[in-house]
Amino acid sequence: MNAFFSLLKRDLLLAVRSRAEALQPLFFLLVVVTLFPLGLGPGPALLAKIAVGVIWIAALLASTLSLDKLFRADFEDGSLEQFLTSGHSLSLLALAKIIAHWLSTGLPIVLFSPLLAIWLNLPHEALPVLVKSLLLGTPIFSLIGAIGAALTVGLRQGGQLLALLIFPLLIPVLILATGAVSAATDNLESSAYLLWMAAYAVLMLTLAPFACAASLRISLS
Amino acid sequence: MNPVMKFLHKTGSPAYFYWLSGRIIPWLWVVFAVLTTWGLYQAFFVAPSDYQQGESYRIIYIHVPAAWLSMMIYLMMAIFGAIGLIWRIRIAEILAISSAPIGAAFALIALITGAVWGKPTWGTYWVWDARLTSQLVLFFLYLGVMGLHSAIDEPRKAARAAAMLALVGVVNLPIIHYSVEWWNTLHQGTTIKIIGESKMPSSMLFPLLLMAVATKFYFGAALLSRARNRLLDQDRRRGWVAKSIREQRL
Repeated sequence: MNAFFSLLKRDLLLAVRSRAEALQPLFFLLVVVTLFPLGLGPGPALLAKIAVGVIWIAALLASTLSLDKLFRADFEDGSLEQFLTSGHSLSLLALAKIIAHWLSTGLPIVLFSPLLAIWLNLPHEALPVLVKSLLLGTPIFSLIGAIGAALTVGLRQGGQLLALLIFPLLIPVLILATGAVSAATDNLESSAYLLWMAAYAVLMLTLAPFACAASLRISLS
Repeated sequence: MNPVMKFLHKTGSPAYFYWLSGRIIPWLWVVFAVLTTWGLYQAFFVAPSDYQQGESYRIIYIHVPAAWLSMMIYLMMAIFGAIGLIWRIRIAEILAISSAPIGAAFALIALITGAVWGKPTWGTYWVWDARLTSQLVLFFLYLGVMGLHSAIDEPRKAARAAAMLALVGVVNLPIIHYSVEWWNTLHQGTTIKIIGESKMPSSMLFPLLLMAVATKFYFGAALLSRARNRLLDQDRRRGWVAKSIREQRL
């Protein structure tokens, strides 16, 4: 557990020290969302209709962009091999890295989502559901994405391949989240969607660290 | 050692696997050819026309077996992958990765035949219907496994990484399937049921079952052929290959 917390602390510290790099996914998200009104026209009715899809897809792209770097630095300087030989549970260490990744990229996305919702004219009553869905969904991005990142860590063309590997797996998150927000926009009950998302998040939280550790072992073999 | 374990140990040896699969493959092709000829004859000449869809429904004799097989192959690939990862059996790793292109091909066949059938029946080649979408996602999952495999140079590492991804995919597949189902469905409900009465007359069902069994034999033959080639390629500098050549068994 000590190793878990010190790794978590180290990764967060690294994120804080290299703020510009850590905030890249957030800026990427903001830029991508800005492109949509420019490309589709600023009509408020249209924007309200597509808001949730745009925000979620942009969040998906932003997370994937940063996931590519999740294990890369540790792989290049040899820390990853040290984790492997340290005798600590690799799954636990992977979980620490995943949590650090979520805190440094997922959480800022959640915090900035109200701004995006205002930009895209999302109805106010849907905003709490959007934030809740992002709060449940972005950890799943980090968890599943970490498996993909672990499998592609030593590869040259990792980034695009990573997207190909994990996007199909993230479809349920996208469907459930947009379903929840659309239901809230229509003043319908959205808790069923959110509960499913929570269930999915818990399932992935239990399974992904093990899959991630096994994938790291394969990549480092 | 019990006979089952003995058989598994024996087939795990590359030389024996190569020899055994070489013996099995011709028979698989023969059974496939016979069943396909019989099934297609039944499908095109014996089965009655549909009272609603006329003759166009006959494409299901390709479409449905291909779709079933593409799903079954993903499961097989994950099972082979799990065996390979857990017991470090190289033949299982090779079988897992050899399954992927075949599964992708059948997923593509199901998608294309579905589109061809959709045009006269639904009036469009493509709709974002739940089952079409999950089939497309399945195709992408195959592409991911193949992409990962080809990105890694070292063959065993590549096979193990691909197997790991197949396992992750198989855990997520039911979730993807049901979430897509929830999202949008236009596809007809399940017609053929294992439990209870099928909603299809037996004269139409029989050729479909024949074709479904025939495609399994095709899979078996294609899988073993691919696995043999891959094995031979990986082991070309090993002793057993040279020995087999000397004894003229290749």
